[in-house]
Amino acid sequence: MITEEYVQSLSKLGKRMDGRKFDEYRNLSIEYGISKKSAEGSARVKIGETEVIAGVKLDLGEPYPDKPDQGSIMVNVELTPLSSAKYESGPPNINAIELSRVTDRGIRECGAIDFKRLYDKASGKVWLVFIDIYPINSAGNLFDACTIAAMAAIRDAVFPSIENGKVDYSTKTKTPLPLQKLPISCTVWKVGNELLVDPSVEEESASNSRITVVFTEDDKICAMQKGKDEPLLADEIEKAVELAFKTTKDIRGHFKK
Amino acid sequence: MKYEKRYDGRKFEEMRPMSAEVGVVKNAVGSASFTIGKTIAIAAVYGPKDLFPKFLQNPKSGVLRCHYNMMAFSGAGDRVRPGTSRRSKEISMVMEKSLLPVLDLQDFPKSVVDVHVELIQTDAGTRCAAICAASLALADAGFEMKDLVCAISAGLIGDKVVLDLDKQEEDFEGGAVDIPMAIIPRTGEVTLLQLDGEISKEDLKKCVDFAIKGCDQILEVQKNALKAKYTEAKK
Repeated sequence: MITEEYVQSLSKLGKRMDGRKFDEYRNLSIEYGISKKSAEGSARVKIGETEVIAGVKLDLGEPYPDKPDQGSIMVNVELTPLSSAKYESGPPNINAIELSRVTDRGIRECGAIDFKRLYDKASGKVWLVFIDIYPINSAGNLFDACTIAAMAAIRDAVFPSIENGKVDYSTKTKTPLPLQKLPISCTVWKVGNELLVDPSVEEESASNSRITVVFTEDDKICAMQKGKDEPLLADEIEKAVELAFKTTKDIRGHFKK
Repeated sequence: MKYEKRYDGRKFEEMRPMSAEVGVVKNAVGSASFTIGKTIAIAAVYGPKDLFPKFLQNPKSGVLRCHYNMMAFSGAGDRVRPGTSRRSKEISMVMEKSLLPVLDLQDFPKSVVDVHVELIQTDAGTRCAAICAASLALADAGFEMKDLVCAISAGLIGDKVVLDLDKQEEDFEGGAVDIPMAIIPRTGEVTLLQLDGEISKEDLKKCVDFAIKGCDQILEVQKNALKAKYTEAKK
């Protein structure tokens, strides 16, 4: 409680606990292929002290009946108790589910992966892309970190080969996944009356309202999610979208070409 | 079937390259990563903290709880389903048994110390890597310990006794025996020993000797990791 009030009172003075500006991101780094032997694609993302690992596994499966010629993705975020004293073992709670679904939506809705090209004619099966995301150290801003890690892992991924209609995981091809877009999310948090990006854990708990905006490289918004208890004014949403737009452009610059 | 030469060109008693780092999870009380070959384990320690539900509490001592988990993408073949399995539960249990003998939790009655281990990439020997990482993380957390715990698997591939099997060797067509062992290096006490396969008494003895020798090298890697963090801190 005391920290939360402190964070809010600082915001009135135009300050943050760690001295950053409201629109200032911590250091961002992306490392690819951190589980090369096991995963089809993998990446580690660090934002300040926050660290997240994502891995892609591919499997051949039956298509959905309503989309017989399309593959699919599945995004799963596990809030590992390894990464914070606040998380507990057990089935995913609502926070993990919201994270998974918001990340999933950003990637799915802009057609980041061309689902039609996940169809394998020879076997009549489709590729299912499993994207699993694990925080290693949870120190704020998991929403952005998860999307960045997921996209980095997807970009790192290559198809395994197919042997008699079955996946041969031991031999990887050089074919990358059919990528069409690079969606990047930025979550804007309202602390006191200020809007800020890339919050610390303290700022997240001092905030009563957040909004996630996912942008593609052609400046389109492909997913949004307003979260936490308090409402936002239309005016604030407009400002948040502007802030997210500017921030996602910067983040995109960290991806390898 | 004969196994003449190791797939990756190692000598029969040679381990894969190892590395370790301490303090890799800032939120944790203690943490470490341990890499052997392509197997990578990260361990983080949280606690001591009150143990609930209450009936699990031990009024005389703290309780050690290990949680072993393979990340969904870390398996050799199919995706590993998230959540606990019979396998991960058993490994968690044997980890607790292998680490407890070096720990003294009497100062923390009714409490629990949680050790969470995640495997990022696997190429056999995951429970051994998990134990090596966990023991380092406990040391990093500042618990009083009699010694570190070193773990390595030895075994039989075809007709050869080898140290530190990788996945390809475990899957050797002519049959392989895998014996993961955890050892307290100072006393030579064995705190973990599991075996699957078929082996003669003589070969088993050789395996244990191999593992005990191998543990010296692991201990070096572990000590260096701790020194790297704490000599830095002293300055």
